[in-house]
Amino acid sequence: MNSFLPMIISRSQSSNIMNFFVPIIAILLTLITGSIIFLLLGFDPFYALYTFFISPISTSYGVSELLVKATPLALIAIGLAFCFKNNIYNIGAEGQLTMGAIFGGGIGILFHDTNAFWLLPLMIFAGALGGALWGLIPALLKTKFNTNEILTSLMLVYIALFILDFLVVGPWKDPNGFSFPKSRAFSDSGRMPLLFDGLRVHFGLIITLFLIFVSWFVFSKTMFGFQLKVSGFSPKAARYAGFNQTTLIFLAFGICGAFAGIAGLSEVSGPIGLLYRDISPNYGFTAIIVAFLGRLHPVGIIFASLIIALTYLGAEDAQLFLQIPSAVGFIFQGLVLFYLLGAELLINYKLTFKKT
Amino acid sequence: MNDLILDIKNISKSFPRVTANNKVTFGIKRNSVHAILGENGAGKSTFVKILYGLLEPDEGSIDYNNKPFEINSPAEARKNGIGMVFQHFSLFESLSVRENLILGIDKTMSYSNLEKKLENISSQYNLPLDLDAPITSLSAGEKQRVEIVRILLQDPQILIMDEPTSVLTPQEVESLFITLNALVKEGRTILYITHKLEEVISICDTVTIMRNGEVIDTSSTSNFTAKTLATKMLGQKLDDLKTNYDHIRDETNFEVNNISCEFNDPFLTDLKNISFKVRVGEIYGIAGVAGNGQSELMDLLTGENTNISSGEIIFNKNKIQNFGPQKRRDLSISFVPENRLGHSAVPELSLSENILLSQFPKNNFLKNGIILKNNIDNYANNVIKDFNVVTPGNDAKASSLSGGNLQKYVIGREISSNPKLLIISHPTWGIDAGAEHAIRESLIDLAQNGTSIIVISQDLDELLEITHKISVIYNGKLSNAFNTNEVQIEKLGLLMGGKNE
Repeated sequence: MNSFLPMIISRSQSSNIMNFFVPIIAILLTLITGSIIFLLLGFDPFYALYTFFISPISTSYGVSELLVKATPLALIAIGLAFCFKNNIYNIGAEGQLTMGAIFGGGIGILFHDTNAFWLLPLMIFAGALGGALWGLIPALLKTKFNTNEILTSLMLVYIALFILDFLVVGPWKDPNGFSFPKSRAFSDSGRMPLLFDGLRVHFGLIITLFLIFVSWFVFSKTMFGFQLKVSGFSPKAARYAGFNQTTLIFLAFGICGAFAGIAGLSEVSGPIGLLYRDISPNYGFTAIIVAFLGRLHPVGIIFASLIIALTYLGAEDAQLFLQIPSAVGFIFQGLVLFYLLGAELLINYKLTFKKT
Repeated sequence: MNDLILDIKNISKSFPRVTANNKVTFGIKRNSVHAILGENGAGKSTFVKILYGLLEPDEGSIDYNNKPFEINSPAEARKNGIGMVFQHFSLFESLSVRENLILGIDKTMSYSNLEKKLENISSQYNLPLDLDAPITSLSAGEKQRVEIVRILLQDPQILIMDEPTSVLTPQEVESLFITLNALVKEGRTILYITHKLEEVISICDTVTIMRNGEVIDTSSTSNFTAKTLATKMLGQKLDDLKTNYDHIRDETNFEVNNISCEFNDPFLTDLKNISFKVRVGEIYGIAGVAGNGQSELMDLLTGENTNISSGEIIFNKNKIQNFGPQKRRDLSISFVPENRLGHSAVPELSLSENILLSQFPKNNFLKNGIILKNNIDNYANNVIKDFNVVTPGNDAKASSLSGGNLQKYVIGREISSNPKLLIISHPTWGIDAGAEHAIRESLIDLAQNGTSIIVISQDLDELLEITHKISVIYNGKLSNAFNTNEVQIEKLGLLMGGKNE
């Protein structure tokens, strides 16, 4: 009897050229598969793809919207890279984002009738502090009681969301808001300055780019970045070197939380301008995809955040102009991930069919 | 027809920067112990990986039982009666011995069946195992026992053994040899990869000597002495090492005082009242059978575990028992633990980056927390040059180096900082004679220059060769120290077996 079994065999040497082309091939394959799906749904695939990927960014307003969406994704993802490099699975960035918005937004509400140069910096600082403190809770639980940070950080997301909920329907409700669950609007000096007149892209983008540059420097040039990397690769070697694992866990969670907190504050003091229930369309969770899609590398994370942000915008446009459900955006996110991970596997392994 | 079980013809295999095997040709006689002897990087490991189906040769062919034979995977090799015991263990660390054994079997087998079979093998070959122990708690010697049993469960015709004795104690080696003899008597063939000359002479029938990927000679071992084998293998003469006591100063600079440590863990050995003293320029050896508290003691000496029940460690009048590794390095103490991959070096990082794992006050690798790349590159280049590490450059990943080269690099990294005290565990396990010789020589040189050295090793020959004082650890207790040049081997053997009289 002849049967042919597919087998996955390790390649002795992975090709450098293919390493470079993998993201490009993955995106091409996504486009091809996307066309087929559109064709089956009865749409002209070229027009559909155009609506999905080109038209959202064909105007300066569209590009600005892309950057507005990509900004929090990239900022949270780079923060997550501090944790993931150290093999700490912080998946509670959404909660840290929310807490950053509460702390920073709280300052904004407190000084809602104050116009002063120090207000925004104070709000940013408070946002970072709130996110960091929320991030340090799972760090404390992990180091003191050896709890699993995946569970604790995730549960803290819901606690943060309920606290926000409580605040905007309770003590922080806008007295003139007709009982809508929202807070007062921040004063003008409590808002992120816009970078261009008439476009929503704001100063948060500059903060994000600056923090990505700082993170790149930390990862590649400093002893702290090296320590994160070593304890991620091999905890035993880190112990041998004398790196303090507890300190590293606190720092990684603290930095990640601070970045997510700043992202949250940028959202509420940027496009939104006040606190209400739904400040984030799951940026904190989507950023996990962005971080891994960008391979935890600062440049990779920038590109990944733009691609994922585009799938958000494309889904909105497709719904508007083609009446395609916006869930198609998630299909595209899934396809990109599928092809990227598949292609990455095939860089290091090959498929053979063998007679047995 | 001939009596060759394996006929290897013109096997070649190249990797991007190196030719690992160049037209390797030789035959292996049925029912014999055939040695492949070679220095590190001679191509032995590559060759056996081809034979076991882990690598595909670029060219050449293999006849197995006089029929052309192509092996595409280890599973296929095992099905055809070729088994292999690896030098680096391929065990699942978090699983128990029992689970590892079950996983290694291609056919399905019930636990009770396995246990019956295992009892036979255990008693027949004297390989006792605790089936419920998790692998991670076993010593190197015990792990290898699991590997050997796992292969024997498959009833192989040809058994490939890659450096099998490098982690075994003398007693274990002896029982392994009995096992091998029994296997050959049953009609099996052993392919024995080694760098230990004495072993080739004492248990192998035929030897193939490899150097730089080529076969230098295949011949009956009776044609060789240890010296002539070494010359052929290395292509150069080795100097004999001599122990010299003259330079030792009568001044104790490291002292362990009544250290006890309880772990409350059945898989760890409690340490009981351990005391010893090391003088300036002295090499102090700690011998013992695997699993008698060596790794537990090593962790206390390096500061990776500072959680002791009682006692103190004194270095140059500082009490250091509560110091972590970095604080001890600040006092110029350096360490080389047993395990290279993932402990003293990170395989995924470059050689340069691995320098940063062990920093001493005068190294000047950092400025305000920022890595001074030029300084670590220079340091890495010097280690590579001074210790003859074979590598394409300081940007090569640690995982790309062979065991011997990586060990030379790690030890070079520690020695180059001129420590006052070096603590080293199993300095030469699993590496070739050339690297072994170079490492022992550099340890002796270091001591001559006034560094105190503590060597923990199961290789008694090694300790006898390089140490000035020697003691034995058994069941967490350390014996008195003896002057190595006066001690009787029988005395050490008794102590290692737990008999103290």
